[in-house]
Amino acid sequence: MANEVGKITWISGPVVRARGSRHVGMLELVEVGEDRLVGEVIGLKGDQMTVQVYEETAGMQTGAPIYGTGLPLSVELGPGLMQSIYDGVQRPLPLIEQAVGSFITRGARFDPISREKKWKYTPKANVGDEVKGGTILGVAMETDTFEHRVMVHPDDKGALTWVAPAGEYTVNDTIAKIKTGKEEKSVTMLQRWPVRRPRPFVQRRGANIPLITGQRILDTFFPVAKGGAAGIPGPFGSGKTVTQHSIAKWADAEVIVYIGCGERGNEMTEVLQEFPHLVDPRSGRPLMERTVLIANTSNMPVAAREASIYTGITIAEYYRDMGYHVALMADSTSRWAEALREVSGRLEEMPAEEGYPAYLAGRLAEFYERAGYVENLNGSQGSVSVVGAVSPPGGDFSEPVTQHTKRFIRCFWALDKSLASARHFPAINWLDSYSEYIEDVANWWREKTGKDWLGMRTKAMELLSEEARLSQIVKLVGPDALPYAERMVLETSRLIREGILQQNATDSVDAYSSVEKQIRLLELVLYFHERGMAIVKRGAPINLIHDLPVVDTIIRAKSSVTNEEIDKLDDIQKMIDQQMGQLDAEYR
Amino acid sequence: MSEATVLGGQEVVGVGRIEGPIMVVEGAANVSYDEVVEIQDSKGNLRRGRVLEVGEGVAVVQVFAGSTGLSIDGTRVRFLGATLHMPVAEEMLGRIFDGLGTPIDGGPEPLTDVYRDVNGQPINPTARIYPRDYIQTGISTIDGVNTLLRGQKLPLFSGAGMPHDQLAAQIVRQATLGRVAGAPQTEGEEFAIVFAAMGVKNDVADYFRKSFTESGALTRVAMFLNLADDPPVERIVTPRAALTLAEYLAYDLGKHVLVVLTDMTNYGEALRQISNVRGEVPSRKGYPGYLYSDLASLYERTGRIRTSQGSITQIPILTMPNDDMTHPMPDLTGYITEGQIVLGRELYYAGVYPPVTVLPSLSRLMKDGIGKGRTRDDHPRWGAQLYAGYAKTQDIRALASVIGEEELSEVDQKYLKFGRAFEREFVNQAFTENRTIERTLEIGWKLLSMLPKGELTRVTLDEIKQYYKGDDASS
Repeated sequence: MANEVGKITWISGPVVRARGSRHVGMLELVEVGEDRLVGEVIGLKGDQMTVQVYEETAGMQTGAPIYGTGLPLSVELGPGLMQSIYDGVQRPLPLIEQAVGSFITRGARFDPISREKKWKYTPKANVGDEVKGGTILGVAMETDTFEHRVMVHPDDKGALTWVAPAGEYTVNDTIAKIKTGKEEKSVTMLQRWPVRRPRPFVQRRGANIPLITGQRILDTFFPVAKGGAAGIPGPFGSGKTVTQHSIAKWADAEVIVYIGCGERGNEMTEVLQEFPHLVDPRSGRPLMERTVLIANTSNMPVAAREASIYTGITIAEYYRDMGYHVALMADSTSRWAEALREVSGRLEEMPAEEGYPAYLAGRLAEFYERAGYVENLNGSQGSVSVVGAVSPPGGDFSEPVTQHTKRFIRCFWALDKSLASARHFPAINWLDSYSEYIEDVANWWREKTGKDWLGMRTKAMELLSEEARLSQIVKLVGPDALPYAERMVLETSRLIREGILQQNATDSVDAYSSVEKQIRLLELVLYFHERGMAIVKRGAPINLIHDLPVVDTIIRAKSSVTNEEIDKLDDIQKMIDQQMGQLDAEYR
Repeated sequence: MSEATVLGGQEVVGVGRIEGPIMVVEGAANVSYDEVVEIQDSKGNLRRGRVLEVGEGVAVVQVFAGSTGLSIDGTRVRFLGATLHMPVAEEMLGRIFDGLGTPIDGGPEPLTDVYRDVNGQPINPTARIYPRDYIQTGISTIDGVNTLLRGQKLPLFSGAGMPHDQLAAQIVRQATLGRVAGAPQTEGEEFAIVFAAMGVKNDVADYFRKSFTESGALTRVAMFLNLADDPPVERIVTPRAALTLAEYLAYDLGKHVLVVLTDMTNYGEALRQISNVRGEVPSRKGYPGYLYSDLASLYERTGRIRTSQGSITQIPILTMPNDDMTHPMPDLTGYITEGQIVLGRELYYAGVYPPVTVLPSLSRLMKDGIGKGRTRDDHPRWGAQLYAGYAKTQDIRALASVIGEEELSEVDQKYLKFGRAFEREFVNQAFTENRTIERTLEIGWKLLSMLPKGELTRVTLDEIKQYYKGDDASS
């Protein structure tokens, strides 16, 4: 299928130029050189084409051929994606390891989805049914519990003339035949989709259900909605990756797509070795069974890093189309932007800010806009939530990638180096972060917990910002100069910071906090505040409150009370009552 | 490069343009990207170079030794048809090489038929083993709160004039495979050491050579030296040559290899120089846009793989220009490496050795190499508590400088004492002092015992009961 379309005339890193056919399409997938390295046409001028190559070009010669495929850069979609680990252009890394050893060599190419593996398939449609793009033809069991809903390709429609009976099939076997006009088309479980084109849906609907991550600072304070987009910017060492891993582990999504884009090899290995052993708190199955990994580490070819984001989000959209909630993590979008910059630089394009190409903002927008809670073509509802890490140089949030990202996300989790230095994790700064989904998800909280989450959250945020103001004064004159009521604010804020905001990702109890535990902890701390405030206002010295044994108990509750025994928090409330009651009696 | 010469290749007489270390060769057909070239000047002297860009009949070549003395007509360029390869052998331990891997200690070329591409190849993430074994360096600020693991890349961020070389030498001298606290000291396998110097002064290279000799390590060290007066362009190859040998030792021969790269800042400058001459669009501070990817292609050549017993651990040293951690070199390094050890001038002036500023320092992999069954159960929380305590000390110091120490509360005064003792007893240690992990933990608990029990919220109550030695009666 691949014909020679030109000969290489110029090579510089991942960018090559060739001269030849005028019939090559923009963004067409081509094979470069005798090794047939994967590349994509990114520029055309007369008979000259510019190609970005997804593999190392060292050793490639001018005069070497380029072969066209006539297809855009696409991913393969079908059962077998789950639990896979791919590079940026969907090459399966485990197969590459088996074939060529521990190091990735050039030109190694394998089917992203196994052609041999058989899937247990049950048809859900009947002969004679009128089907269109997205219609579910049947289900294949992708894991013991995960239903892979096999859909009609979005571009196809017609009447079913044949459906395969229930049985075991490979992705190459025909499972249905669709007749459109006079043509009959055989359908398999495998479909291809161009990565740079968003998969279609009927319409977006409002995002008003939070994506629960089990992380208190996120769920309680800065929630992201299912189908929403959030950004985590932070300097190195502030915990971007740990936060991303925590979300990947605990988010209440049915499918997780994790893109390690230009990051460390060891981090991907950590995910690979840890996820099969971690159990999803909802399904009881290993976390790996709901995860697709895209690993294009920092030392892998830079152009494939650029593609990895699109590969990942296309897979996410595919599962969304089945009616699933998908959470996509991209770590880090800055490395992706740098890949754009590197290729742009080789093309000698006119740079905009800091050497980034002028189309940076447009590309970021295209990516984040592929998030959404939608009504699918088949009438089901699904969502893709996107969490993008940003690595600003020097931790300076005014740099272009952070600034442009801020325009396209509605939830901003600002990581803070000074919190990280004090080992306050997750080091998300509560004063710099924001979420625009708060009003949207307030209803959900009320229905789910029966409590006034919005009111409590607002109260806690008021205390924290009051604390920030007061600590300015404390820095100048010391805490003793403050009246007791204001020092009570400092006390409660400490409880919020240490007892709620701080969360230990490596502690088995603390790593995941259920919604019920989160709201109950918050309630407890605010109750403590209310009682304490009443007492200090009557003149009781603040030290007495500070020294109450229950303070320590509240701070430790996050890791001493498991999600299953939230009743124990009622006991802590009784301790507050009892200890405060004594003080209350003394100062009445 | 005996092999390369044998390969032969096409020869072109005369070059089109010479600009700094870059030379444009015209009239060459079918040149490969990244190919090695041999350049002969009009007097017949040979030097080497590398193809940076190829066009129709044109090749842009970077000359390692610089272009001094090359003329337009009198220069002959031979394209050798292969990327830069170097011989690798176990016998290279104990030897000294120049920045391109040619012996400069008077000895013969290493006798081997194993040649490797200096650029290496990316390790498949599925082939890696996640690092879990800690290295005991005998330095409390590293073992205790920034633990180094086999297969980790942990740079030293320093500044001009600070004792980063001493610290690196001490690590190299004392490094052994860690053991569980309380377990008997075993005779650990010794590390093979690959040392690469990029643009450092001759004194620095001498210092390391002397230090290796004194500790009896010289026979297991391979040194690659590109000194300050050597051609800067060669610097681009030096760390790659060193890592190529390290990979052979670790993954082919199963050795544990410690790689010290100094000074990465000079490497970055060489890269910037080349980029500049080529007229590339610069990003920050004139560094090329691909600086991150380029650094990653070095730092990521670290780790462990499933098919080998060996490991590569990297300790790159960077002197931060103007002590600025947001400078592109330390900044991008920090984004790639698994943590950083930061040296601080304040501690240095206060006479503390090693002047490791604990708060901005970090070992990302530490959590997986310590704790129960690795060091001691309390280690992770003990570390977090020390950090938190020392961080609080900094806030209190700021307050004390405004209102005076006398005005501080009793608890705050205890923190000040704790902070001082932390710097004097925990951070500070002699250049020759090799602390066991038990000793480090013990010093830490002694310091924590200076604080009231109620302040220790990161450790468990049981741990307080077992290790706390203070006279605090509250709670």
